[in-house]
Amino acid sequence: MAEIRNYTMNFGPQHPAAHGVLRLVLELDGEVVKRADPHIGLLHRATEKLAENKTYLQSVPYMDRLDYVSMMVNEHAYVMAIEKLLQIEVPIRAQYIRVMFDEITRILNHLLWIGAHALDVGAMTMFLYAFREREDLMDCYEAVSGARMHAAYYRPGGVYRDLPDTMPKYQASRIHSEKQTRIRNANREGSLLDFIEDFTNRFPTYVDEYETLLTDNRIWKQRLVDIGVVSPERAKALGFTGPMLRGSGVEWDLRKKQPYEVYDRLDFDIPVGVNGDCYDRYLVRMEEFRQSNRIIKQCVDWLRQNPGPVITDNHKVAPPSRINMKQNMEEMIHHFKLFTEGFHVPPGEAYVAVEHPKGEFGIYLVSNGANKPYRLKIRAPGFAHLAALDEMSTGHMISDVVAIIGTQDIVFGEIDR
Amino acid sequence: MLDNFFMSSTQLENLAEILRNIFRDKLADLQVQHGEITIGVRADDVVAVSKILRDNSQLRFDTLIDLCGIDYLTYGEDLAAKQNLRNMRFAVIYHLLSVELNQRVRMRVLAESDEFPVVDSVTEIWSVANWFEREAFDLYGIVFTGHPDLRRILTDYGFIGNPFRKDFPLTGHVEMRYDAEQKRVIYQPVTIEPREITPLVIREEHYGDCES
Repeated sequence: MAEIRNYTMNFGPQHPAAHGVLRLVLELDGEVVKRADPHIGLLHRATEKLAENKTYLQSVPYMDRLDYVSMMVNEHAYVMAIEKLLQIEVPIRAQYIRVMFDEITRILNHLLWIGAHALDVGAMTMFLYAFREREDLMDCYEAVSGARMHAAYYRPGGVYRDLPDTMPKYQASRIHSEKQTRIRNANREGSLLDFIEDFTNRFPTYVDEYETLLTDNRIWKQRLVDIGVVSPERAKALGFTGPMLRGSGVEWDLRKKQPYEVYDRLDFDIPVGVNGDCYDRYLVRMEEFRQSNRIIKQCVDWLRQNPGPVITDNHKVAPPSRINMKQNMEEMIHHFKLFTEGFHVPPGEAYVAVEHPKGEFGIYLVSNGANKPYRLKIRAPGFAHLAALDEMSTGHMISDVVAIIGTQDIVFGEIDR
Repeated sequence: MLDNFFMSSTQLENLAEILRNIFRDKLADLQVQHGEITIGVRADDVVAVSKILRDNSQLRFDTLIDLCGIDYLTYGEDLAAKQNLRNMRFAVIYHLLSVELNQRVRMRVLAESDEFPVVDSVTEIWSVANWFEREAFDLYGIVFTGHPDLRRILTDYGFIGNPFRKDFPLTGHVEMRYDAEQKRVIYQPVTIEPREITPLVIREEHYGDCES
């Protein structure tokens, strides 16, 4: 009789379920995974090394490109690290704007996750629904920063500019008639805040729709329940954070436990799972949709009533207004120095973490007093999660590996950096 | 924002006091800045100290949030002296988090040799260290003894050098292109000139102060 041996299979890097450029070497016994060895680094751009050779401000757009589905939250950690070393105060309105866009980003991220995860598991429709909602949120990004994805909107000391009073509108074309265009523009007549409020009113219904499709779906549960179970102790040892840790039943959220910006003034709840399987992590993220929606609503209300500055008036860090710059010699010098040499950050080191949609996103910044960082370390949540893929998938079938990759919410921009 | 750290100054002092009492002479250094505690630990003590950091009931650092290498080659002598770097070039920085007690600490371990930096592995204590140590090995060439599977992780298959060292050029040493004659991808020495768009500037202290 022939000898039975395990055989190894290559999965990716060009595979639709690999979420980008994951190369997985699987050791299989029949269809059961014995060992999974992820090969990463195919998207490595040495962001940290590049940042050492750029001024602080020039690295802000790099942060968008780390986790390219939750752009503004990455910027948030980076600018907060700089602010911590510079010890500058951020205007309260800017803090509310940042929190609001963090939560918009969380919804954006989770929408992509649910779309891709469901698609991997075999539910095509979710992807289409998720991208319909993402379009509205991308428009918010565009209205505020001019870019749909890579916003570079958060700056050390605040945000780049205040929220606009008008929303960009659709124009009639050969494809869309005047009447259709009027209907499409109905919620774009007011300011950006009106548009966001309209979205928050609609969004809970959408989440209900997603849940109708998935939560009690027989196939969905068969594919997720009891797959990739992680105990709370293992989750902590494996460096899990965010929904991955909460799915295992650990009540841990930086927004509650180590509040930054204005999270301590807002009212929201932290969903926690029980079993630590893929299905619980799914439920946790679904509830985060609703909680983020609640936070956005509160921010919209506050921002309506409280106008004010959105960036610090310390012109050693933030540029002066265009008008002052053109009329005032000193302001012009500030502007010139800021955009040629950049600002200097006092020597020291700081670690700042934010509750990223995927987990704890941290920036470890070391400065030696120069206009460029001495060392920038990006702590990406996905890196720790993917490292646990071996432990999570051992003993499961190949098809479950796809579900586990989906539940980890892997994005290679941040893992490979 | 200024002093609004999640650990108050009394909490920080308490934790610093606990660390001093538990580790005594094993603690090479302890500094508090920006609401963060940094402890210095000698390379021989890493595993012993880490075990206590994880298991002691007053510390309970159950998660290793981050581990990274750092190269202090061009850091500046005054600053290096201020941080007690003892003229060592390489260090490993551990960021620890206690989910249970909601506290953080940073641990700095200086690698004794500049030519062949070696630090003991902590994979036995925190599983997550596995990939982080592979990353530090790949980018800085720091060797972790006792690591089960120390391979390169981020750089290309067959890559030579440690790209994040300060003496490694930003452009690298080799570039890759498709060669039409050989009909395959080949590596060749880099053809682009290194350039610096914004020069690195370090101001002396009190530069530009109005009041003198």
